[in-house]
Amino acid sequence: MKKSVFTGTLVAASVVAGFAAAGTLDDVKAAGELKCGVSTGLVGFAAADANGVYHGFDVAVCRAVAAAVLGDGDKVKFVPTTGKTRFTALASGEVDMLARNTTWTFSRDVDLKFEFIGVNYYDGQGFMVPKALGVSSAKDLDGATVCIQTGTTTELNLADYFRSNNISYEPVPIETNAEGQAQYLSGACDVYTTDASGLAATRATFEKPDDHVVLPEIISKEPLGPLVRHGDNQWGDIVRWTLNALITAEELGITSANIASMSGAAGKNPEVNRLLGTEGDLGGMLGLDKQWAMRAIAQSGNYGEIFDSNIGEGSPVGIARGLNASWTDGGLIYSAPFR
Amino acid sequence: MSAITEPEKGGFQISQLLYDTRYRSMTIQIIALIGFLLAVGWLVRNAGQNLADLGKPLGFDFLWDQAGYDINQRLIEYNSTMSHGRAAIVGLLNTLLVAFLGCVTATIIGVAVGIMRLSKNWLISKLMTVYIEAFRNVPVLLWIIITMAIFIEIFPQPSHFRGEDAIASMKLFDSVALTNRGIYIPSPTFFPGSGPLIAVFFLSIVGIFFFGRWAKKRQEKTGEILPTFWIKLGIFILPSIAAYYILGKPMGLEYPELKGFNFKGGFYMRNSLISLWFALSLYTAAFIAETVRSGIQAISKGQTEAAAALGLRPGRITSLVVLPQALRVIIPPMISQYLNLTKNSSLAIAVGYMDITGTLGGITLNQTGREMESLIILMAIYLAISLSISTVMNQYNERVKLRER
Ligand SMILES: N[C@@H](CCC(=O)N[C@@H](CS)C(=O)NCC(=O)O)C(=O)O
Repeated sequence: MKKSVFTGTLVAASVVAGFAAAGTLDDVKAAGELKCGVSTGLVGFAAADANGVYHGFDVAVCRAVAAAVLGDGDKVKFVPTTGKTRFTALASGEVDMLARNTTWTFSRDVDLKFEFIGVNYYDGQGFMVPKALGVSSAKDLDGATVCIQTGTTTELNLADYFRSNNISYEPVPIETNAEGQAQYLSGACDVYTTDASGLAATRATFEKPDDHVVLPEIISKEPLGPLVRHGDNQWGDIVRWTLNALITAEELGITSANIASMSGAAGKNPEVNRLLGTEGDLGGMLGLDKQWAMRAIAQSGNYGEIFDSNIGEGSPVGIARGLNASWTDGGLIYSAPFR
Repeated sequence: MSAITEPEKGGFQISQLLYDTRYRSMTIQIIALIGFLLAVGWLVRNAGQNLADLGKPLGFDFLWDQAGYDINQRLIEYNSTMSHGRAAIVGLLNTLLVAFLGCVTATIIGVAVGIMRLSKNWLISKLMTVYIEAFRNVPVLLWIIITMAIFIEIFPQPSHFRGEDAIASMKLFDSVALTNRGIYIPSPTFFPGSGPLIAVFFLSIVGIFFFGRWAKKRQEKTGEILPTFWIKLGIFILPSIAAYYILGKPMGLEYPELKGFNFKGGFYMRNSLISLWFALSLYTAAFIAETVRSGIQAISKGQTEAAAALGLRPGRITSLVVLPQALRVIIPPMISQYLNLTKNSSLAIAVGYMDITGTLGGITLNQTGREMESLIILMAIYLAISLSISTVMNQYNERVKLRER
C-alpha cells in the first residue's frame, strides 16, 4: 500500500546516492538475472501459477529478453508492480524493464523519461457492467460509481470522457486489478473500466462471466508495450529487437516447432538467416551473440504463438487477434526489417 | 587560597584546541558541524546533479499544470481541469478531515475504555483488556483493510433497494440509507426566513456557556449544585424548537433517495471515509485507553478515599478529583497519539480514500513523474500538521499543568 511512497523514497534515495544510467546489459549479465516489472496479477498477461511460476503474454516478453541476453528464459526475477508503483520501480533501477500493460503516451515517453520499445498489444479502454443493470451504452452511465486503477491512463481518459459527454460519475480509486474485481463483484461500484484486454482477462476469471457485459464504446487508444529507462540506448535496442524478432518470426513462419531445424544451417530466405544468426552477425552489433534471436523465439514461440497460448481464442481469456494480427493478415503488428 | 591560577595570557597555542578541556568540546562540535554540513551539501548537490542527468531537474512548475483526474470526496470545488496544486489541497483537506474526526472519536472511545478497564466489574474490565490488546497488537493497515472489506460485504448494494420486492430498505423511518458504498443521512435545507432560526440556535449555545459560568460561580458561593446538564439541554433545544414553529418551519430535511445508480440527496459519507475513520479511531483509542488508565493509576488512592470521606459520589470523584489530576500525566503521551493517528491516515489509499498521500503523493506523483518534488512537499506538509498539533496540545498542557503556588 505504502509501496508507492516507498518506491518514491527509493527513487529519491537512489537519485541522491548516485545513479548508474548506462550499462544495464552489464548489470543484467553480472546479476545473472533479468529483473522484469510485471503486473500484480492479470490472468493471461502476467500471473503466477500455484507453483509461483509466472505465465502470460507480458511475461513471455520478459522471458524472451532473458533468453536472448542470458541464454535462459527462466533467469527472470518478476517484480509485481501496481499502476502506481511501476514507473518509480523502473526509474529507480528496481527493474531493468517493464512489461505491464503499459500505454505508450507522450508524457510518459518525454516527461517521465522512458523509452517505449514498441507495441505488443493494440488496445483501448472499455467498460464492464453487470448485465442486470440493463445498461447498453457508456452514455447511460450518468451518476454511476466507477472503479478505476490509480496511476493509469484509465483515470485520465475517464475524466475526459465523462466531462466531454457532460455526465457525472463517482470514481472509486483502487490499486490493483484484484481489488477492483472484489469491489466490482460486491457491487461497491457499478462499472469497472480499464483496457479492454484487461476487462476480458478479468471477466474470464469470474464465476459467471456471462452475467457481465463489456459495453460497445472504446474510449481511447491504448498501445501497450514494454519500456526501459531513457539514456541506455544499447539496452533499449536489445529489448526492442527482441520483441521485433518475435514479431518477424511469425511473419516469416518461424515457430517453436521448426526453429531447431531452421537455425541449424542457412536456408533460402536471407532474412531468416540473418535473424537466426546463420548469416551475418546482427547479434554482435547488439553486444550479444549470433543465436540471441533464435533463443528468444525458441523460449515461448513467435508472437502469434505467444498470443494464442496466453490470451488467444483457444485460451480462457479468448481475445480475437483483431488489430493485433500480423500486418500480413490485415492487422497492425509490424516489425522493422532485420538487416 | 590561590590554588586556582589565572590562565596565562597571550600564550594560546593551537594544540590547546585539542588538549585544553576549555576548548576541546567546542572544537569537536565545530568539526562535527562542518562534517555534517559537508555531507548535506554533498547529498543535495549529488541529488541535483543526478536529477539533471536524468533530465528531470528539480522544479515545482508541475503544480500549476492541469491535473486531469477526478477526486470523489471534495471539500472544496474541484474538477479534472484544475491544477495538481489544487488537487493536493483537496487531498490535504481530506487528510485533515479524517485526522480531526479520528482524533475526536479516538479520544472519546479511549477515555471511556481506559476508565472501564479499571472497572470493578470483572466482565467489563476483561472485555476492555481484550479490545485493547487486539487493537494494539495488529498493524493498523490490516484493521483499515478489514474494516473496509467487512463494510463492503455486510451492507447491501444500492441496487438492492430497487424494485417492488427490494431486498434492502432504508432505516430510521426511511431517512438513512446504509449501503456498501457508504451511508446517506438527511441533510438540512434552508428556506427563506431561516436566518433568525440559525441566529436563535447560536444564541442558545452562547447562552449555555454563560449559564455554565453563572452556575459555577453560584455553586462556589452557596455550595448548591444545580442540575446543570438538564438545564443546558433545555437551553440547547427549547428556544430553537419554539423559533422553528413561530417562524413557520423555515427549515426542512432533504432525504436521500435512490435515483439511477446511486442515492442522491442528503449527506453522503463514503465507505472509504467511514472505514478509515473507524479503524484509525479504534486503533488509536486502544493506545489512548492505556494512557488514560496509567494516568488514573498514577493518582494515589488516598485522593479517592479522601474524596469519598468528604461524601462525594463515585462519578464526581472521577470527574472532579481524579481526572483533573490525571490529565497532567495523560496529555503529553496523548499528543503523540494524535500525531500517530494523523500520520497513519496516510494509509488511506488502501481503501481508496483520497488524502494528500493519495493525490499529491499518489496520482500526481505518478502522472508527472515528480517523485522528489512531491515527496518534499508531502514531508513538509506532514511536518507542518504535526508541529501545529503539538503546539496546540502543548499550550493546553501548559494550562492544566500543576501550578506551584
Ligand atoms: N494501460 C493503462 C492501464 C494499465 C493497467 O493498470 N492495467 C490493468 C488492467 S488492464 C492491470 O494490468 N492490472 C494488473 C494489476 O493490478 O497489477 C496504463 O498504462 O496506464
